[in-house]
Amino acid sequence: MAEPQRARPKPTPETQHFWDGTKAGELRLQRCDACAHVYFPPRPFCPSCASRKVSVFKASGKGFLYSYVINHRPAAPGFTPPYAIAVVELDEGPRMMSNIIDCPQTPEALALDMKLEVAFQELDDKITLPVFRPAKG
Amino acid sequence: MRKNQVAVVGAAETTELGVIPNASQLQLHADAALNAIADAGLKLSDIDGFATAVETPQQVCHYLGIKPTWVDGTSVGGCSFMLHVRHAAAAIEAGLCKTVLITHAESGKSMIGKLPRSTPADSLNGQFEAPFGVYGPPSMFPIPVLRFMKTYGITHEQLAAVAVVQREWAAKNPRAMMKDPITVADVLDSRMIAYPFRLLQCCLVTDGGGALILTSADRAGDFPRKPVYIMGTGESVETPMVSQMETFNSSRAFKTAGPLAFKEAGIAHGDVDHLMIYDAFAHLPLFGLGDLGFMPYEETGRFIADGNTRPGGKLPLNTNGGGLSYMHSGMYGMYALQESVRQMRGIAPAQVPNATISVCHGVGGMFAASGTIVFTNER
Repeated sequence: MAEPQRARPKPTPETQHFWDGTKAGELRLQRCDACAHVYFPPRPFCPSCASRKVSVFKASGKGFLYSYVINHRPAAPGFTPPYAIAVVELDEGPRMMSNIIDCPQTPEALALDMKLEVAFQELDDKITLPVFRPAKG
Repeated sequence: MRKNQVAVVGAAETTELGVIPNASQLQLHADAALNAIADAGLKLSDIDGFATAVETPQQVCHYLGIKPTWVDGTSVGGCSFMLHVRHAAAAIEAGLCKTVLITHAESGKSMIGKLPRSTPADSLNGQFEAPFGVYGPPSMFPIPVLRFMKTYGITHEQLAAVAVVQREWAAKNPRAMMKDPITVADVLDSRMIAYPFRLLQCCLVTDGGGALILTSADRAGDFPRKPVYIMGTGESVETPMVSQMETFNSSRAFKTAGPLAFKEAGIAHGDVDHLMIYDAFAHLPLFGLGDLGFMPYEETGRFIADGNTRPGGKLPLNTNGGGLSYMHSGMYGMYALQESVRQMRGIAPAQVPNATISVCHGVGGMFAASGTIVFTNER
């Protein structure tokens, strides 16, 4: 029997630019042309002022560790516990769920507010996930 | 909405609670409904309004043989029943129906006739949360807690005390699933589920159900039980994605629903004799005490650890033992409402003496939704 697979995102017309971005090694966010609000997850209008004039831009990929759990059980298919499920606050303002790589999955190593930078993890030829690692320097 | 115009005149849980291997989820709805109808001294044909969550109103109405002229299928998670109470009170006041039945049941443990929960891969949750290893509420609901702890100086021991105090209440409730006393050390030594939370800080998984019957306060005196009036109500939703909450230092849905209910009831925090805060996990009572304005967030952990919410304390909280020790079928809000009604009727196993105002605060999803009801037994 095949190993159960990690959940794979399936893009929609509104989110396709985000997943095209991660595949190209870019973390893409959206900014409202009318009120400059930066937001996530993707949608073709501003959730702050309702303007439909919005732009996609390449984010810095920098942020900090806002909060997390270290999941022991039950583990999601495709994951080996214990593993951290993190929420990263990006320098541009929005937060996103992700995983932390190149870092022990322990409370001691995972310090809140530690600086992080984006990395890209290819799941298959269609989907690349944005993950984060401790920032260098 | 005007206060005290609508009353609870029937309330009951399923005949059994806990592990019920001989009934489907739909039958548990019926069992709770029939118990509540008997409690109110009514016939099924007296019910002209109906509300439920997860299961559809048509499913449960057909099974029970109810022919409603008003239905509500609001399904926003475990606090759906608080929202049903609010909506039913408005509908009765508006004259859309006279007698509303609200049912909840879940075969959460035995999984008989339980509807599947799934996250489509092209939903926002499926794209932006599921790929990172969330898998069920224990991996999601506690995600804000480390930030909350750091912001307000809350300790692991204080979060363990929540489970200890609620077990004290559970010990007084014959129908509670877990009644043996526990210590802070027991909690902190229990199996790790999702750091920082351990087994005893996570809710139970059980089978059961409950039902409420509401009618206008003017009719309430004709029923066999002491009426429990709807004094104030509030509701809100925020986001289905825990990662997208405005902040992890509070819940926007809580901060909207709670104060709405207090304002409608016209009460101050010092007026509250009895409090229920839906505790799927140990941090929820702390969020609730802060978001409902009982005290600054910094004081919530110490307040519980110092014994203020335990039997004999100044603010009795989760007096059935809560989702941590009483029961938790998956959507616990109905059981919190049942305990508030028992306290207002004066028949709770761990009765708070002379209580006249009970606040019942619910959560749906992972801080996704909220509903708050203020009950009173004085009109």
